[in-house]
Amino acid sequence: MTSIKTMLTGAGLAAALLAGTALPALAETPDDMLVIANRIDDVTSLDPAENFEFAGVDAGRNIYQKLVNFDPADLDAGYIPEVAESWEVSEDGTTITFTIRDGLTFHSGNPVRAEDVVFSLRRVVQLNLTPSFILTQFGFTPENVEETITSDGNTVTIVTDAPYATSFVLNCLASTVGGIVDMETVMANAQGDDLGNNWLKTNSAGSGAYSLVSWTPNESLILQANPDYYLGAPAMDRVIVRHVAESASQRLLLERGDIDIARNLNPEDVAGIRDVDGIEIHDELRGRLMYFALNQQHPELSKPEVRQALKYLVDYEGMQDSFLSGQYVIHQNFLPQTFLGAVDENPFTLDVARAQELLAEAGVEDLEIEVGVREAQERIEIAQTLQNTFAQAGITLNITVATAAQTLGRYRARELDMYLGEWGPDYPDPQTNAGTFAYNPDNSDEAQATGLLAWRNSWDTGGLTEKVDAAVIENDTDARAEMYREIQAEFRETSPFAIMFQQIEQNAIRDNVENLSLGGATTAISYWVIEK
Amino acid sequence: MTTAPDTPPRARRGPIAPWFTTTVGTLTSIAVTMLGLLFVTFFIGRVMPIDPVLAIVGERASQSTYDQVYRQLGLDQPLIVQFAYYIWDVVRGDFGVSTLNARPVLEDIARVFPATLELATLGVIVGVVFGIPLGVASAVKQGTWIDHLARVVGLVGYSMPIFWLGMMGLLVFYGILGWVGGPGRLGIFYQGIVPDRTGMILVDSALAGEWEILGNAFSHIVLPASLLGYFSMAYISRMTRSFMLEQLSAEYVTTARVKGLSEWAVVWGHAFRNIRVQLITVIALSYANLLEGSVLTEIIFAWPGIGSYITTALLAADMNAVLGGTVVIGLVFICLNIFSDLLYRVFDPRAK
Repeated sequence: MTSIKTMLTGAGLAAALLAGTALPALAETPDDMLVIANRIDDVTSLDPAENFEFAGVDAGRNIYQKLVNFDPADLDAGYIPEVAESWEVSEDGTTITFTIRDGLTFHSGNPVRAEDVVFSLRRVVQLNLTPSFILTQFGFTPENVEETITSDGNTVTIVTDAPYATSFVLNCLASTVGGIVDMETVMANAQGDDLGNNWLKTNSAGSGAYSLVSWTPNESLILQANPDYYLGAPAMDRVIVRHVAESASQRLLLERGDIDIARNLNPEDVAGIRDVDGIEIHDELRGRLMYFALNQQHPELSKPEVRQALKYLVDYEGMQDSFLSGQYVIHQNFLPQTFLGAVDENPFTLDVARAQELLAEAGVEDLEIEVGVREAQERIEIAQTLQNTFAQAGITLNITVATAAQTLGRYRARELDMYLGEWGPDYPDPQTNAGTFAYNPDNSDEAQATGLLAWRNSWDTGGLTEKVDAAVIENDTDARAEMYREIQAEFRETSPFAIMFQQIEQNAIRDNVENLSLGGATTAISYWVIEK
Repeated sequence: MTTAPDTPPRARRGPIAPWFTTTVGTLTSIAVTMLGLLFVTFFIGRVMPIDPVLAIVGERASQSTYDQVYRQLGLDQPLIVQFAYYIWDVVRGDFGVSTLNARPVLEDIARVFPATLELATLGVIVGVVFGIPLGVASAVKQGTWIDHLARVVGLVGYSMPIFWLGMMGLLVFYGILGWVGGPGRLGIFYQGIVPDRTGMILVDSALAGEWEILGNAFSHIVLPASLLGYFSMAYISRMTRSFMLEQLSAEYVTTARVKGLSEWAVVWGHAFRNIRVQLITVIALSYANLLEGSVLTEIIFAWPGIGSYITTALLAADMNAVLGGTVVIGLVFICLNIFSDLLYRVFDPRAK
């Protein structure tokens, strides 16, 4: 598949060369319709209790409202009220009571009630599907949800098993899994005890700005504007997301005016289309991080000097300014920029002499390690660059390229010496990354905490686990942010993780598209604010 | 004198009708082939170094979610029991649910296979219509410029990467000239209008009398079909040339010419008649290859066909989808074989 991608990239380049800079734009999409080319083959389900992949989450954000949500016009402001008009936190910090906004309706015409909120949150826990951990980490279980998530009139009360920071709880409720579904509609379509999961995979029952018209896997996803949306009917009456896998094909469609937004252009196509009349490039910092990690079961890689040395053997600037140009920016901390507690300190640079000193201190010579990489072009190029710079200090890096599933399987089984890959936040709170990079309460093989990156690399975090635990129950937001800054400072120096880059998403858009917000590092695209 | 009433002669069991034996033999052969195909694919799927549970739940899921899905997939059962369950389901027409998109595999195949069928059929028509005359002309005019031209055309078809030609075709005919539709099966404004009867948009729009949509669909399919047709043509023309050269050097052709038959009658009436059976095999193989789906063509033209469906499923360890797709492709090959056998009998009396 890698060779396929490489060949296609070559073909795209050739096409771009032949095309010069401009093609005639012979078509134009209607003013009230937004047509997007995107890779949507990752969508597996549109049920908010299950929806967890990029293209699906994009749709989910526009279909379902949540108790609290993010304003696309001011993402830095954090969560704001949506279905919940207001909330109160008990003195002991374990109970949050939400007051539900009056006058909201689902696409079916049914009113949005406290019962719907309770049903939606409970079913996430009861169904126990992939993203359920975002809620169950607060102590909700299928056995206790009847007592811990309840309603009374127009209020909803949730009781957590510890006095978690309110910002932590609300950030989690603002993620896709917190989407509020129409209980009546969903239960009318339930089969057995599936709580409507099978039906909601391919249908919608929300109250958001859009409803789902159709989702045809690997073909298209079509949304229809909700004229009764509480913030006013969206300007784009219909949103059509077409599955176009190939970058060069997306570019041709955009240049011809058959689409408004191309979401997956490779750097060559972005460069080729940048100066074309009628097209603009929209850059937005997203939450994904590119990193490599060192397995601490390896006798040499577990030495602190070796871990440190390898962080000095990365040509951060060289990669950022060449094949990753415009797509990634140097970032050496586990919280992406714009997250609460994020820092922009990037102390490591390529310094072969320093690395050699550290390796000598550790008494390491002729080190040979294997890195597992999934077959994605930019990751392979990064691995090859690392191979080059590691070799300058006498380290042999053997690159094993495999499918994502194969590489991930070995990574989770603690089999790789080194892993090179990406990590994106699961929900818009610092705990999402702190709780996996710097948290590992039981490092034994028997613990099988495969979801934790620290465990996968057999890293006993040396006290950071307790600091992460303390941060999630700190209710003073400023103090909490400071705690994450301190954790990251220690993490940079001691961890077996070398965080290298943060992703910038580059979309090419027709110049009449306004107010595009892809969601930054915290959320997903918002169609309802887009105008033409 | 009384005579015994005539009693009908006792019906004697004659030999089993040959058609019956043939049919039973064919059906047994199909069943054994399909079972073997399923067996191999199933066990290859199970020994692949991909965790199907992980492919479904993703790397972030909790252990309890992982365990739940593990049991739902029946992976806690012995392998042979899993296979037996699978075969039982397949026999009942249930190919399971795709782990990638949570839809029944049969529904998915019913959606993607017609897209490929439509494309492959047009492709092979292009290949046959241009390939056979080119091959015949090339053989008849061996060594002339026509022969050289045909060989160059064939060579280009063999050696040019399909993705490069596809991209160039899109750039020139869609991007610059605007003569054809872009990637996808239909323009966005026409989607969802025509009722889905066969899954083939050309056929469905014609049945619905939606001529504008038919035109739009044709503008989208013409380029990828021509591209596939070109590669098919290259193969068919080369094989036709080779078969024809063999026939044209035979003694009966010389005899026909000596008898004063026109060149047209010699070539088409005698030589060509004798290569029809061989050509059927070549065309059937070419068609079968196209029906497997051309992954690269499908990617470039955003054509949701069975090739990219199976490839995506394979990479994501969606074994229900892979097995379902494999069964369909296996059936395609078997059907084409049977059809070829029938045509042999039509064109070659000896085959009867």
